[in-house]
Amino acid sequence: MASDAEQGQLQPAPESFLPKDLVEDISRDGINSGRRSLLQGAFAAATASMVAPALMADDDPDIVNLPSWTRSLGKPVVANPYGQPSPYEANIVRRQSPGLTRTDQSSVSFTPLQNLFGMITPSGLHFERHHQGWVDIDPRRHRLMINGLVDTPLVFTMEDLLRMPSVSRIHFLECGANTGLEWGNVAVPTVQYSHGMLSASEFTGVPVSLLLERAGFDRKRATVLLAEGADGSSMTRTINLENALDDALVAYGQNGEMLRPENGYPLRLVVPGVQGVSWVKWLRRLEVGDAPWGTKDEVAHYVDLMPDGTHRQYTSIQEAKSVITAPSGGQKLLKQGYYDITGLAWSGRGTVEKVEVSVDGGRNWRAARLEGPILPKAMTRFHFDWVWQGDEALLQSRVTDSTGYIQPSRAELVEVRGSRSIYHNNAIQTWRVGNDGEVHNVQLG
Amino acid sequence: MSSWAKAAVLWLCAMAMTSTAAGLPEGLTELGRPATEGEVAAWDIDVRPDFVGLPSGSGDVWAGEEIWLAQCASCHGDFGDSNEIFAPLVLGNITEEDIAAGRVASLTDPGVTRTTLMKVPTLSTLWDYIYRAMPWNAPKSLSPDEVYGLVAYLLNLGYVVDDDFVLSDTNMAETQARMPNRNGMSLDHGLWSVSGLPDVSGSSCITDCDVATTVTSSLPAYAMNAHGNLAKQVRDWGPYPGLWTDTVTDTDPNQIAMAGEGAAEVAMAPEAALSAGGCSGCHQMAGQLVGPGFDAIRTKYAGQKHAAYLRDKIVNGGAGVWGSMPMPAMPGVDEDSLQQLVAWLTSGEE
Repeated sequence: MASDAEQGQLQPAPESFLPKDLVEDISRDGINSGRRSLLQGAFAAATASMVAPALMADDDPDIVNLPSWTRSLGKPVVANPYGQPSPYEANIVRRQSPGLTRTDQSSVSFTPLQNLFGMITPSGLHFERHHQGWVDIDPRRHRLMINGLVDTPLVFTMEDLLRMPSVSRIHFLECGANTGLEWGNVAVPTVQYSHGMLSASEFTGVPVSLLLERAGFDRKRATVLLAEGADGSSMTRTINLENALDDALVAYGQNGEMLRPENGYPLRLVVPGVQGVSWVKWLRRLEVGDAPWGTKDEVAHYVDLMPDGTHRQYTSIQEAKSVITAPSGGQKLLKQGYYDITGLAWSGRGTVEKVEVSVDGGRNWRAARLEGPILPKAMTRFHFDWVWQGDEALLQSRVTDSTGYIQPSRAELVEVRGSRSIYHNNAIQTWRVGNDGEVHNVQLG
Repeated sequence: MSSWAKAAVLWLCAMAMTSTAAGLPEGLTELGRPATEGEVAAWDIDVRPDFVGLPSGSGDVWAGEEIWLAQCASCHGDFGDSNEIFAPLVLGNITEEDIAAGRVASLTDPGVTRTTLMKVPTLSTLWDYIYRAMPWNAPKSLSPDEVYGLVAYLLNLGYVVDDDFVLSDTNMAETQARMPNRNGMSLDHGLWSVSGLPDVSGSSCITDCDVATTVTSSLPAYAMNAHGNLAKQVRDWGPYPGLWTDTVTDTDPNQIAMAGEGAAEVAMAPEAALSAGGCSGCHQMAGQLVGPGFDAIRTKYAGQKHAAYLRDKIVNGGAGVWGSMPMPAMPGVDEDSLQQLVAWLTSGEE
């Protein structure tokens, strides 16, 4: 009999190198000199098995058949001077909702929230909403003008702006029409289309307050700002001066690099907590004023129709909202057992205080685990331990923000606002998990 | 601390606060320069609801119609009623009562299509937006007089003004008083200010809550693939693969082969060039939009011999081949895109 020590050394041996009967043999009798040579033979065979493996029934071929990437020279540096995602991630891209718009220039592409992690959206997956196409602007020829109720109208070059004191802050950016397709009934299959006009980035730029101070704005009369883009539409929106002075930025940076062209390169307005349309891209001008401008996107779009036929105008703040991103609509649970239900919560009025998750359609709720850092007007990632036992489940999440505001159910929201407002749908989302594991977008009543 | 010392500390704090609030870091005032009057005039073209910023000029309904048919009708329809490219601007469903009240009554009717003219409360907006952003592919090419004419024509289509109406900077205010939905907007909500009060509140119930849990809405099976095969839109490995919703390829192997071929052909289209060149604003893969579908173009011009002709049409524009709508010149399409587009358009089977 071999000593325990000798046997012990066998435990971590790569069993898949050894014929099964030999392993059993050694376990029973230990190693004798004869078997040592057998073992050597087995290791030699294992080396050879890199070409022709001796595969056992319960061996994992991805372990025993060393894959090509383990047996070859890899690619050199700067094969991709600007790095790209793995080809195996090709499904995870921005997508349009067919039929939503008739032109690609005035349209939307949605962020694939179902497969993203953490609280930052990769810049290349940031959702797009353009009103008259996107443009490539030469930063040397871009200017920012500040005029209106100021001592001196000013012009800044990009060089001027990059020399000024900057800050970097993480904020969410949500279109006012996010989840707008779902006011009346379920219209889309996945969280990409239901909630994907939502992204979050670290933005770097100059506080608007600093620029306004530099221009000497009229503190007594000023109440609003007009932000204007340099694209063909010269998109304009009226900004509440309260927001502008509090935490708005004239931003050029996004996630550590310059803004992407689709997101406003080289300059965009960042108005934390406020709907995306106010974050004017390709920003060329800020005008200080004492009355709102009633621009196209403040009278014909981005106005919320109420049941009495009035439109709410200048609705800007994105109220607290949350959604489970995985598992979510259009996905399938393959096995019973443990799952990490995860999702995002955010509030345009402050920080996320609490997220609760229900797996029975809102009858019972338990607190989810919040992942830090929890930042104001940023996305907060939440997690919820769940063991799926193969039964039907109705998954929901509900956020409470730092003002005490609680995300409403769809019924609570529709009771006040009707179902035709298009904008600012922050209702609790329900995903139904069938006993077949299929996850579908549903509404309850 | 003595009282004079306290006073001194308070004074120092006050000074410190003042300097942070009003002062700028030393040297910062050297960044940026005064804008000239000409520069401000070139960019500050906005017109407010009180008509601050409105340039002088005028235009009548007939002049407006002429420009409309040439530059606007291709997207909005001859009467602003098209729903092909954009939602209708006007549908002739505004009543005299609406105009008198300044409230469009049919906005409460879910069956009525909401047009731009039913919503817009402010005449200034129509003027400002057309002047800054229209026409679609040549923004800022219209003169103030042309914009006055176009706004007059639009208002005439909505029965707001008569056929012989002339709109000018001197009668904008009185015309505003006839805007059909001028009293239809509300600022009575909590979504303008970060400290505004919410109008809806959720429940804080956590146990045995009295909520309805019957599924009342879900996507019907036939609509599951309307956004494409979900299995291809979700990470295809890991715990949550996507549902296979492409029922065509589930059932009929012959259809699989056909769908495969079709898909390959569409994939060959130079999507980036089509999009960057602005082509897809007026053309779609199959069927007429503003211009002919690419399917028809590729059938008609299959073969390398058409390359020079198509290249010229893209760069310089043309008219009369596919109907009355002219193809605008697209001088901004770069050489690479141009080559890709011509190669693709002529690559059909001869």
